[in-house]
Amino acid sequence: MNSPASEKRLEQLREKAWQEGVVPGRGVDVVGGPIPRKPGYYGEPVVKPPVWTWEIPLYFFFGGIGGMSAVIALGAALFHHVDLSRAAMWIAAVAGAVLSPILLIMDLGRPHRFLNMLRVFKHRSPMSMGAWILTAFGACAVPGLIALELHAYHVFPGALDQLLRVVAGVLIFGAAIFGTLLATYTGVLIGATAIPAWFLHRTLLPIHFGTAGLGSAAAVLELLGHRIAALNFIGFYAAAVETALLIWLSLAKHGAADRAIHEHGSGWLIRIGEAFNGPLALVLRLFGFIPWAAISFLAGALVSRIGWIAVGKVSGSDPEAVFASQRS
Amino acid sequence: MIGEGTHSTNQRRHNYVQENVEVGFFTDPTVCIGCKACEVACKEWNEVPDDGFTWSGNSYDNTGHLGASTWRHVMFLEQDRQKGNQIAGTMSLGDGEDPFRWVFLSDVCKHCEEAGCLEACPTGSIVRTETGTVFVQDDVCNGCGYCVVSCPFGVIDRRPAPLPDAGGAFKCTFCYDRQKSGLVPACAKVCPTESIVFGRLDDLRAHATKRVEDLRQHGYNDAQLYDPTDTSVRGIHAFFLLLGEPEAYGLPPRPQVPTIYLKSAWTAAFATAIASLLVTLLAFAFSS
Repeated sequence: MNSPASEKRLEQLREKAWQEGVVPGRGVDVVGGPIPRKPGYYGEPVVKPPVWTWEIPLYFFFGGIGGMSAVIALGAALFHHVDLSRAAMWIAAVAGAVLSPILLIMDLGRPHRFLNMLRVFKHRSPMSMGAWILTAFGACAVPGLIALELHAYHVFPGALDQLLRVVAGVLIFGAAIFGTLLATYTGVLIGATAIPAWFLHRTLLPIHFGTAGLGSAAAVLELLGHRIAALNFIGFYAAAVETALLIWLSLAKHGAADRAIHEHGSGWLIRIGEAFNGPLALVLRLFGFIPWAAISFLAGALVSRIGWIAVGKVSGSDPEAVFASQRS
Repeated sequence: MIGEGTHSTNQRRHNYVQENVEVGFFTDPTVCIGCKACEVACKEWNEVPDDGFTWSGNSYDNTGHLGASTWRHVMFLEQDRQKGNQIAGTMSLGDGEDPFRWVFLSDVCKHCEEAGCLEACPTGSIVRTETGTVFVQDDVCNGCGYCVVSCPFGVIDRRPAPLPDAGGAFKCTFCYDRQKSGLVPACAKVCPTESIVFGRLDDLRAHATKRVEDLRQHGYNDAQLYDPTDTSVRGIHAFFLLLGEPEAYGLPPRPQVPTIYLKSAWTAAFATAIASLLVTLLAFAFSS
């Protein structure tokens, strides 16, 4: 028989549950308890949230800039903007071939074993494909930059200089091709997982990451002083696509399954990020505030990357999201 | 099976690894007594470190969930439903019946037919063994963490510092080392009620189907098998008998291996890659 004191405590818990919907505390959600029971098994996560830390959103950011800078370098080289091409290749090499691998290796649980990534080639594993794409990109971008600089300063005479020009062209082309993949595969990486808020948006993610990469690369070059119409055009395109994605994201809601995108702090990160690199960057560019548009786009691209990883942590810890994503 | 003594598949030696026989676990909560001997035996044999002692308040379960240092996890479900043909008690207040059942189930890595972790692993650390189980080679794993988000059951996890062997991904090995020597996995060997049955996968599936039928005849109307053969996971090597819905056990009702999402995601990636190239070239072409 319950003592009056425990009955009184029970009444208090019931009252609190009635008013607030939930009562935090241990042992209060057993059967017959006063509290609405948590979903699933005591509210335990059904899938595991990602273990990745701050390195991964930064890698998505720098990998996107680096990869798409090589694309701009290719366009600039083909249309004889030599200085722009050199600047873009510098960014490609530093962001894509130096910073990106460092961030990726730092995030490993056992960093000294990073070369194990190249033991196998698995086309069904986006992580494996990403390791190879990054390797191929680095193998093009770094020698491509060296060849381009040697050619720019005419270090070698005559025929050798012409050979360097051809080599630089081929390597920049290679860096551009692998660069587009480096900037977009990250969307596949998190899209093809068991995390509901990620896999439900697996088509949006590569478009968002790739386009944010392209716009960020153009923004960095503009901030470095390269104000040409081509970069402005790319800036308009990227901000317009991001605006469309923001609309898409707010229309394609999946209820409880992807509520991490629309609720919580993670939802705010996504919204703020998308607003900065979508509509705000677009409006600023329309009014000709190019540096501000560039800064807005870069900030949005970074915040939304952080937001997507935060969404994964929230969504992966939410049992109801997993159940909802499998019910339909 | 219970009653067979040393002839039970849980006790006798075998050559499944040498003969490439598909093996499995069948876990039956209707005979589990919640003793957690499987958790202890697993920890002891595999030298899995302790990962903290916390009082959860969730029935008798202070383990919580499977993880890098928890490869067997006994769940304790308290449900206000009748168990079989039991006579339900009456409410202490009022005159209604007060049905109650306490269900114990030992959870474990499912060893999927199409395993998300194995597909995702970029180092080739995760492999399939001769007996069809999924095994992590710890000396190859570099701790990238991609298997963690690729497991549809939330089993595998990266072990945090300062635990021993921190940084790598860990999960149930199906006692591959014991199996190679003809021994039964530690959890099944020690299970006092043979709630965990180890054996040939085809035998276990037949046994499990019969067990469900028997239970239903004895009033366990919500007894069902949990073996998602009709989803992209295409069945699991460690399957379960459940009383009630899988959600109550924290099991996904329709688990999918994430590789089914690759086609649409890569299509979007390639389209974006081509669009970015074209837009950039057009931008330079029109402004030159």
